[in-house]
Amino acid sequence: MAEEILYLTELLGLKVYDLRRRPLGRVRDAVLVPRLHPVRVDRYLVAGGGGYVWLYVRHDQVARITLDGIYLSDELLVPYHADEYALRLVRDVLDQQIIDARGRKVVRVTDITFEIRQEAGHDVLHVLEVDIGMRAVLRRLLQGWVPRRWIRKLQRRVPPNSIRWELCNIVEPDPQRRLRLNISMEPLEQMHPADLADIVEELSPEDREAIIEAIDTEVAAEALSEMDPETQAQIIESLDAGKAADILEEMAPDEAADVLGELEEETSEEILEEMESAPKAEVEELLEYDENTAGGLMNTEFIAVHEDATVADAVEALRQRQDLVDSINTLFIIDTDDRLRAALPVGRLFLAKPSAKVTELVREDDEVIRTNTGAPASRVLELFDKYNLLTLPVVDEEERLAGVITADDIISVLRGR
Amino acid sequence: MLKRLRRHIAVFFAVIGPGFITAMVDNDAGGIFTYSQAGAKYGYLPLWTLAPITLLLVVTQEMCARMGAVTGKGLSDLIREEFGLRTTFVVMLLLVLTNLTNVMANFAGVASSLELFGITRYITVPAAAVGVWLLVVKGTYERVEKVFLAASSVYICYVISGFLVKPDWTQAAIYSVRPVLMLEPGYLTMLVGMVGTSVAPWMQFYLQAAVVEKGITAREYKESRLEVIVGCVAMTVIAFFIIVACAGAIHDVAPRDIQDATDAALGLKPFGQYAFLLFAIGLFNASLFAACILPLSTAYSVCEGLGFESGVNKGFREAPVFYWLFTLLIVVGGGVILIPGFPLVKMILLSQVINGALLPLVLIYMILLVNKDRLMKKWKNTRFYNFVGWTSVVILIGLTVALVILSLRDLMSA
Repeated sequence: MAEEILYLTELLGLKVYDLRRRPLGRVRDAVLVPRLHPVRVDRYLVAGGGGYVWLYVRHDQVARITLDGIYLSDELLVPYHADEYALRLVRDVLDQQIIDARGRKVVRVTDITFEIRQEAGHDVLHVLEVDIGMRAVLRRLLQGWVPRRWIRKLQRRVPPNSIRWELCNIVEPDPQRRLRLNISMEPLEQMHPADLADIVEELSPEDREAIIEAIDTEVAAEALSEMDPETQAQIIESLDAGKAADILEEMAPDEAADVLGELEEETSEEILEEMESAPKAEVEELLEYDENTAGGLMNTEFIAVHEDATVADAVEALRQRQDLVDSINTLFIIDTDDRLRAALPVGRLFLAKPSAKVTELVREDDEVIRTNTGAPASRVLELFDKYNLLTLPVVDEEERLAGVITADDIISVLRGR
Repeated sequence: MLKRLRRHIAVFFAVIGPGFITAMVDNDAGGIFTYSQAGAKYGYLPLWTLAPITLLLVVTQEMCARMGAVTGKGLSDLIREEFGLRTTFVVMLLLVLTNLTNVMANFAGVASSLELFGITRYITVPAAAVGVWLLVVKGTYERVEKVFLAASSVYICYVISGFLVKPDWTQAAIYSVRPVLMLEPGYLTMLVGMVGTSVAPWMQFYLQAAVVEKGITAREYKESRLEVIVGCVAMTVIAFFIIVACAGAIHDVAPRDIQDATDAALGLKPFGQYAFLLFAIGLFNASLFAACILPLSTAYSVCEGLGFESGVNKGFREAPVFYWLFTLLIVVGGGVILIPGFPLVKMILLSQVINGALLPLVLIYMILLVNKDRLMKKWKNTRFYNFVGWTSVVILIGLTVALVILSLRDLMSA
């Protein structure tokens, strides 16, 4: 009876027969060459001669694959040789951690399921799924001790738990090898940054660094923003200063400053050195403040217009900072000396005539709740709680607008306690 | 210079936890009984074993802490990755069995220590079990660790009760450094017991997992190693005071065999209510502490090694196997103590046997792993350290096997 699927646990130890049906040896590993074909097993590693001779069997040298053995159609086998482009399923994948991009978690590979296909008269194996969970554990434990067909019958009672191969992301710290094995970072880049952050935090330091280094800088910055300060510092520290600077530039200045604040002075200066001048200035300014004060909590991502500006000018100012539009809800009005005059919910702009002055939109009862850079964090929390704020402007000693604290900064502070 | 020292101190306090907690829990109900018995029967003579015990502890613990810091992976993770699923499964099965009996022993400690104050075990054991369960299930790692560190400080009870008994300090000092060997079966059994139970398999798993969970990396490794050493020394200091207290209170009056640790506490009574009270509180704390750590560490290691979701920071739904295993260990471990006539002594002897099968495996895998270039890079063992490591492992295995033989003998005659 022809089987449709085969498990890696079944493939291992399977006898390989030559053209005259004499046993040659047993399968020890299956090799994928992703650059040639993403899922087809390219070669089998066979140990013969009492286990001392290691041979490669190419996929097109196999006639049939059954639960009783592999029958060859060609006996001209080459000896085993190391190959940088080869992914050995037993050595490199089995028992290792991989990332399940859809389930958004880190899992350990217990078994691999193949589909047996026909290709030009040969039986070939296509990798179908990675198996985790109890059913695969049962197969592994009984492998080699109980006949293959019995195991199949026994396992029916246990529910399967598998992940499609296309959704699996192998973690490979070496960038060279990642390229050779054609491992793409795209599935990870598609994930929500918060999910990616959770996954990365679960990996070992080496793997963490590898992923952050390899993925798109913007995604890396977003994911990094979601991690706890210690992990952030650990990762940033391990990257080279140039790459670290690129990532920090993509982060909100207050978050970048927080990360740098966690590092040793030497390292953080080295990274600042590599940053471009505009974000660098903002971050340096924020680094001046103690992290437990309003100055340390605030960020400099706000939009302010002069008190003489019209609604049209204000909309234009918003247009200039499109990067902030998603997160901003308040427009600040300042005078010629940068002193904070008023705050305006962004929404009001859309209800007003473009020619109207922004100051006309300010209502009598619109008192601006504000705080100074030196105010302690506890005072800031109090203000947020008392006035139900979404945004709190922070001013310096001369009442000049220095930055804003937003509700999400407050949530981080509260979570950190 | 001063700045650097300040940094070192700051990092030390940041990494404090894993090594200290592991070493402290080593003094659980079983450990306290072993030391009490040694002191009650042989007085100050066994004190010299504490120095070699510290050394063995430091050597084995340090390797695990180093592996955790460098690889960022738990011991069961590494065993799985390097030695495959079947090996991991066997190790985990043995670990669950031996730890289950350990949990029983510690719930028994909770029960008997509080019975000294006249509270029945039918109240104390269920209450302790529920408390332990809630602490871990509802807590986060950071909070749980703080509670554990607080529990570690309660061990100071033993130091105070040691002083209250007013033992013979000169003798204690002399025999701390003068090895005494007597070819008497009872004495040798006691020595084997003291050293053989000092390193337990769960410690290796717990320590490495805790180092990883705490996010300690190779960079903070120096401070982490210091923490491990400080923890081991603190553990032996406690052991010293337990032995000395029992030597002063029981041996100096009339040497005798004690039945359990509460027996030792009662022996302290003539030396004042406080000495007795502190000893009993110490026993209660240690038992409860271990009844908390052992199920937790077991559930962690098993889930890590077999690839199930785990962690205190995850919910019941996210990590069902982890929570079920943890719950089961507590329920069974606490439950059997309430069964009248349960053969606890036999179970503990059996646990000793399983332990003897497991410890050699764990120690050998551990030392093989710590020598892997690919994993440890420049942090792998030096040749000298390997010599020390292998010697310690061989000594421990030898003593454990001896203990197995003794346990089997007792099991047959029991």
